[in-house]
Amino acid sequence: MANFETVEVTTDILICGGGMAACGAAVEASYWANKNGLKVTLVDKAAMDRSGAVAMGLSAINQYVDINSGNNTCEDYVRYVRNDLMGITREDLVYDIARHVDSTVHLFEKWGLPIWLDEEGKYVHEGRWQLMINGESYKVIVAEAAKNALTQRGGEYFERVFITNPLMDGDRIAGAVGFSTREEKFYVFKAKAVLAAMGGAVHVFKPRSAGEGLGRAWYPPWNSGSSLAFTLLAGAEQTCQEVRFIPVRFKDAYGPVGAWFLLFKSRATNAFGGEYMVERTDELKKWGSYGSVKPIPANLRNWLGMLDEFEGKGPIFMRTEEAIQKIADQYKDDPKAYKKKMKELEAEAWEDFLDMTISQAILWAGTNVEPEVKPSEIAAAEPYFIGSHSGASGAWVSGPKDLAPPEYFWGYEYMSTVKGLFCAGDASGASSHKFSSGSHAEGRAAGKSMVRFVLDNNTQPNVDAAKVEELKKEILKPLDIFAEFGPKSSDPDINPEFIKPKMFMFRLQKIMDEYAGGVTAGFKTNKPKLDRALELLTWLKEDSAKLAAENLHELMRCHENVQRLWQAEAHVRTILFREETRWPGYYFRSDFPSLDEENWKCFVNLTYKDGNWEMKKVPVISIVD
Amino acid sequence: MPSYVILEKCDGCKGQDKTACMYICPNDLMVLDKEKMKAWNRAPEMCWECYNCVKICPQQAIDVRGYADFVPMGASVVPLRGSEDIMWTVKFRSGQVKRFKFPIRTTAEGSAVPDGGYGEVTTDLASQCLYNEPAALKLDALPTVKK
Repeated sequence: MANFETVEVTTDILICGGGMAACGAAVEASYWANKNGLKVTLVDKAAMDRSGAVAMGLSAINQYVDINSGNNTCEDYVRYVRNDLMGITREDLVYDIARHVDSTVHLFEKWGLPIWLDEEGKYVHEGRWQLMINGESYKVIVAEAAKNALTQRGGEYFERVFITNPLMDGDRIAGAVGFSTREEKFYVFKAKAVLAAMGGAVHVFKPRSAGEGLGRAWYPPWNSGSSLAFTLLAGAEQTCQEVRFIPVRFKDAYGPVGAWFLLFKSRATNAFGGEYMVERTDELKKWGSYGSVKPIPANLRNWLGMLDEFEGKGPIFMRTEEAIQKIADQYKDDPKAYKKKMKELEAEAWEDFLDMTISQAILWAGTNVEPEVKPSEIAAAEPYFIGSHSGASGAWVSGPKDLAPPEYFWGYEYMSTVKGLFCAGDASGASSHKFSSGSHAEGRAAGKSMVRFVLDNNTQPNVDAAKVEELKKEILKPLDIFAEFGPKSSDPDINPEFIKPKMFMFRLQKIMDEYAGGVTAGFKTNKPKLDRALELLTWLKEDSAKLAAENLHELMRCHENVQRLWQAEAHVRTILFREETRWPGYYFRSDFPSLDEENWKCFVNLTYKDGNWEMKKVPVISIVD
Repeated sequence: MPSYVILEKCDGCKGQDKTACMYICPNDLMVLDKEKMKAWNRAPEMCWECYNCVKICPQQAIDVRGYADFVPMGASVVPLRGSEDIMWTVKFRSGQVKRFKFPIRTTAEGSAVPDGGYGEVTTDLASQCLYNEPAALKLDALPTVKK
């Protein structure tokens, strides 16, 4: 076996991940832990300054409820999310995040995040819930507060340690194991409570760009389904694993459209000038009460645009030139003010890209786009797993005591069905539209809840040393396989004895794309296709035992792709179980092409235990009228 | 090709244990060739073009060339990140150049106080309030629903 030193770290609270939710948890848990003589440890596979989905920065904060102004309530936010997710949401969780998110945003501002202010000193809203920011250093600032909280209150953090598996003590979590991606060290973290906050999943489906542009997914390519795999293997119940997210963005570089739609009030039209949001209003009636709500659910907006594409009416254009002209018309009598306004708009439009999708700026520059002169193409991206946005996949967690119905409450908010295992951000399900700020707020709430759990259960769980050795051997096995068989072939990647992680990923993506409703399948699937996907996934799972790695980087890639495989199987099994089409703009079951409120207005939850998948329906319980 | 290293400018961060770009890349792509003392991107097709290596490089030795499978050649987008703001130079294929400057933070680097100055407001672990709430919410009490 590869000769790795084993490093043991014993802590009270372990935070796995370093993104927005993990940073929120670090800030809140550090305070309560320190007060109660407990230690908090955070472990991140990258560098906290620039890890997670906000690594590049963001140009907007998408969740700010603004309760203080009296304009909105948490109830309003719950209604908005419930409608957007076609009725399937955990209202207690959405409410809880909504009631904490404003304080998270106020903290961001104090820490140094520039939030746009109007002449009266009030936040500039992009939309009802969205704030405009100068967000290039958003993650740097949030990580700084988290690191300060940890180091000032007796905690510590590890960077470049990749977590692969949970450690269990019967039905209670006991820690996590993983390895350094920088030195030959195997890490064993022993903890009384563990937070999974390791993001969603990208590259499960084949991306539209398969050359150099492979990495230009809308959501970052380093989000490999770590949260799902970790919590699933711990035995945690999962929810909404069918609710993938497909964003419609500027084509190819996937630059944000929010500012154009919300701030500049742009329209989207097809190749022939038709506006699908107007021409296809009858289609909306097929989707129950959700077709008549405002704003129209994201997946239904997607769907109307997709119908145009399916009928050969693409490309779909964002009418930037028209939007700018409309704004210009307002200033037609004042050329000086017009010039000033245009300069402002130009800077705002470019900052939108430069803060969060620099590739889109390169693409516009490379194609000489002047948005005031000609429109730009938009398109549906490939599917992603991101419970923090308009997707909903994640673990099934307890709600807070004062909000959750008894069916949704088991003692500690954000604790999964596994004792001591908490989830936040993309790791927790059915609490969509938390975005960056809400994920941080959820992390904070989970951080406090974890301290409460540890004080009530203040014993170090047992860790079976033999099990740890077994895991170490299994996790390092791809290195052993390469060492044994690699020298026998002229090509390090082509060998009958093993598969390298990159081709393993391509095999997974091809299965998902063609059989589970990816881009080339027009996002459509049916039972025979899904059955075939499961058959092909079974062989891929068998072959995962033959993954080979030449170095630490490839070893990480091997395990990332195994995590993607778990995400894929959870997804396929869930869309197979739900015999209806509820989110047509995310995926379409051709054999069950309509909404079925009577039989399927429920959550679909699944667990994986002792090699068996269990699926069940769980009632949706409303707490807001 | 996403990010690439300009060999003439890269000094391998002067033989330190790790280079700045290796430290920061969220996808573990940047590596140092210790013989040549030059960093390189080992998997450009997994690069998100997040520009974190470009922004952090002390020698300005890293640039990005747009993804060759969909971006026509000739454009460049170059940042210069300071402690308070960032300057961007966008060069179009046509040769046109645009420059933008945006603020990046309002406080000194390293100065973020975890409680944001709101202090310890709630000290009861059983309360639904987080430790600096409700003050940090700018409300008198945490909202809840009537059951």
